[in-house]
Amino acid sequence: MKIAVPVKFVPDLVEELTIDPGGTALDTTWLRLIISEFDDHAVEQAILVKEKNGGQVCVIMAEADGADDFLFTAAAKGADQLIKLTGDFSNVNNHALARAHAEVLKDLHPDLILTGVQAHNDLDGSIGPLLAEYLGMPYVGYVAGITIDGDKVIARKEYAGGLIAEIEVKLPAVLGIQAAEQPPRYVAYSKIRQVMSTAKIEEKPGSALSLEESIVVSRMFLPEVAERATMLEGSPDDVAAKLIAIFKEQGTL
Amino acid sequence: MSQDILVIIEHLRGQVTDTSYVMLAGAHQLSQSSGGGVVAVLLGHNAQKLASNLSADKVLYVDHPALAEFTFDAYQITLENLIKQQSPRAVIFGHSSIGMDIASGLSARLEFPVVSSCRTFTSEGKFISQICGGKIMAEGDLPAPTALITMVPGGYKAESGQSSQPPSVEIIAAPALGDLRVSLKQYIEPDTSDVDITKEKMLVSVGRGIQNKDNIELANDLAAALGCAVSASRPVVDQGWIPTTRLVGKSGKHVKPKIYLALGISGAPEHVEGMGDSEYIVAVNTDINAPIFNIAKYGTTVDMFDLLPVLTEKVKQAK
Ligand SMILES: Cc1cc2nc3c(=O)[nH]c(=O)nc-3n(C[C@H](O)[C@H](O)[C@H](O)COP(=O)(O)OP(=O)(O)OC[C@H]3O[C@@H](n4cnc5c(N)ncnc54)[C@H](O)[C@@H]3O)c2cc1C
Ligand SMILES: Nc1ncnc2c1ncn2[C@@H]1O[C@H](COP(=O)(O)O)[C@@H](O)[C@H]1O
Repeated sequence: MKIAVPVKFVPDLVEELTIDPGGTALDTTWLRLIISEFDDHAVEQAILVKEKNGGQVCVIMAEADGADDFLFTAAAKGADQLIKLTGDFSNVNNHALARAHAEVLKDLHPDLILTGVQAHNDLDGSIGPLLAEYLGMPYVGYVAGITIDGDKVIARKEYAGGLIAEIEVKLPAVLGIQAAEQPPRYVAYSKIRQVMSTAKIEEKPGSALSLEESIVVSRMFLPEVAERATMLEGSPDDVAAKLIAIFKEQGTL
Repeated sequence: MSQDILVIIEHLRGQVTDTSYVMLAGAHQLSQSSGGGVVAVLLGHNAQKLASNLSADKVLYVDHPALAEFTFDAYQITLENLIKQQSPRAVIFGHSSIGMDIASGLSARLEFPVVSSCRTFTSEGKFISQICGGKIMAEGDLPAPTALITMVPGGYKAESGQSSQPPSVEIIAAPALGDLRVSLKQYIEPDTSDVDITKEKMLVSVGRGIQNKDNIELANDLAAALGCAVSASRPVVDQGWIPTTRLVGKSGKHVKPKIYLALGISGAPEHVEGMGDSEYIVAVNTDINAPIFNIAKYGTTVDMFDLLPVLTEKVKQAK
């Protein structure tokens, strides 16, 4: 079983996001990038599948600040192959990114491709279903749980309200991971350090990075709010007293 | 080439989803600037009755056993043909477990761009998308000649997409749907053994800000003092700190308590989808820029770990 996991970085939402002076994009000066949360789950899910069924996990991503560290961390968790796409990905859209991944993935002949169901900054679709189309594979997203069954995979697909659909998919296939069966594991930094001296990152040029399908943004802005919350100020004690008054007023206390 | 707006209706086990009505409402707004009609597209098997309350100028209905419930191949093949035939101005999908599976692939296959996470349309027909966990909005012209769109809820009321006047239905022949690679085995019902958080008058809801499993006790103590239940955002459930039955949001329950006390929850759109209709949202979050404050009635940036013990104590005293 060969499992490929294409991942990407996204702006860290913990940081304050600001709009650049042009008014059509995020200001990248202070932007901190981190792994897209759902991609992190996809890596974990791939390693869980490997631990259960055997096989190899290949993690692949476009070059970015911190990409090497992420790839080595994945290796320390159990990934066997690390690939970095090289090129200028600064303004690349998901269509082009998926094409670049597809170029490399088709030579790897994976049985299963796992990737995050979405990234929070997607504006032209998501990577998983685009990859599936470029590789001629089926796609199922919102997946939280996988069972391999010969040349098929049973994916547990989530719908609203906690309803799950068990979907049978012929391999090879692409699955969009919502959550791994277990939260992404932590590995000790010492282990990552160790891996750094042995694991190799293969570099492959990113191709077909055209901007054709880009969605052109003419204005980027912070949400316009009809009415922001009334802020309760003061010490924790003051705030608690104000909350008590609200709970009483609403009859919940 | 028409100026019509197609809406891909989503249904599960015989019920049209709320998102579908929101999409229809959005389509009506968009059709005003495009000058075309609103055309609902319904794929199913013996499901024509689902068209009866759709607010649309026309419904295109495709019937086939393989379309009874949503699956990837059957939907994608059917829609590829249908969109080619209709060549509409725009096709609206849900930014959902159904729409997101097929919109991007169709975009690549048909070579029509896709706009993600659209929340509203302006009167000039521009899209406004909500991205970065609800922290950023992006506006732009809809790509021409045909744009695919995935639409998030929140921008329009579901009722505006419903009508008591049944629309006219045109039957479209299904394409050949053999050799499908994806099939539905079964649905697994949600667990109902736990408390039903949709019935609670108040919820103490915890997010990733709670940091670890041990700290959940702080929320449990407060909820116990208040006599209400604890609910949670997705990361907390994914960590296994709180059972899935307590999940609020897009993939969890939709709740409408009198008071929703959000502790360390940022207010991502997928969370808001499940609690935005609460009567009073009260948010405790140390980040003054957290989107939760955009929908909360009351908020505080006091650290929840400083607040919770004091608050629980005061609640006990007040009883
Ligand atoms: C397809 C899909 C479906 C999804 N479905 C759901 C769903 O059903 N429900 C859901 O919740 N999410 C869902 N999500 C995930 C969603 O996108 C967000 O990732 C999630 O809601 C974030 O949870 P959070 O607010 O707890 O965490 P974060 O966004 O990490 O926010 C934590 C907050 O805690 C605050 N904080 C930190 N420390 C403290 C402190 N000491 N005191 C007070 N505040 C503090 C921080 O300022 C921050 O705002 C879904 C995502 C996808 C892609
Ligand atoms: N040992 C580790 N195992 C897994 N992920 C890690 C590890 N160390 C760091 N990370 C990831 O990298 C991010 C930044 O880590 P740091 O700045 O070292 O705290 C964290 O949010 C983690 O997601």
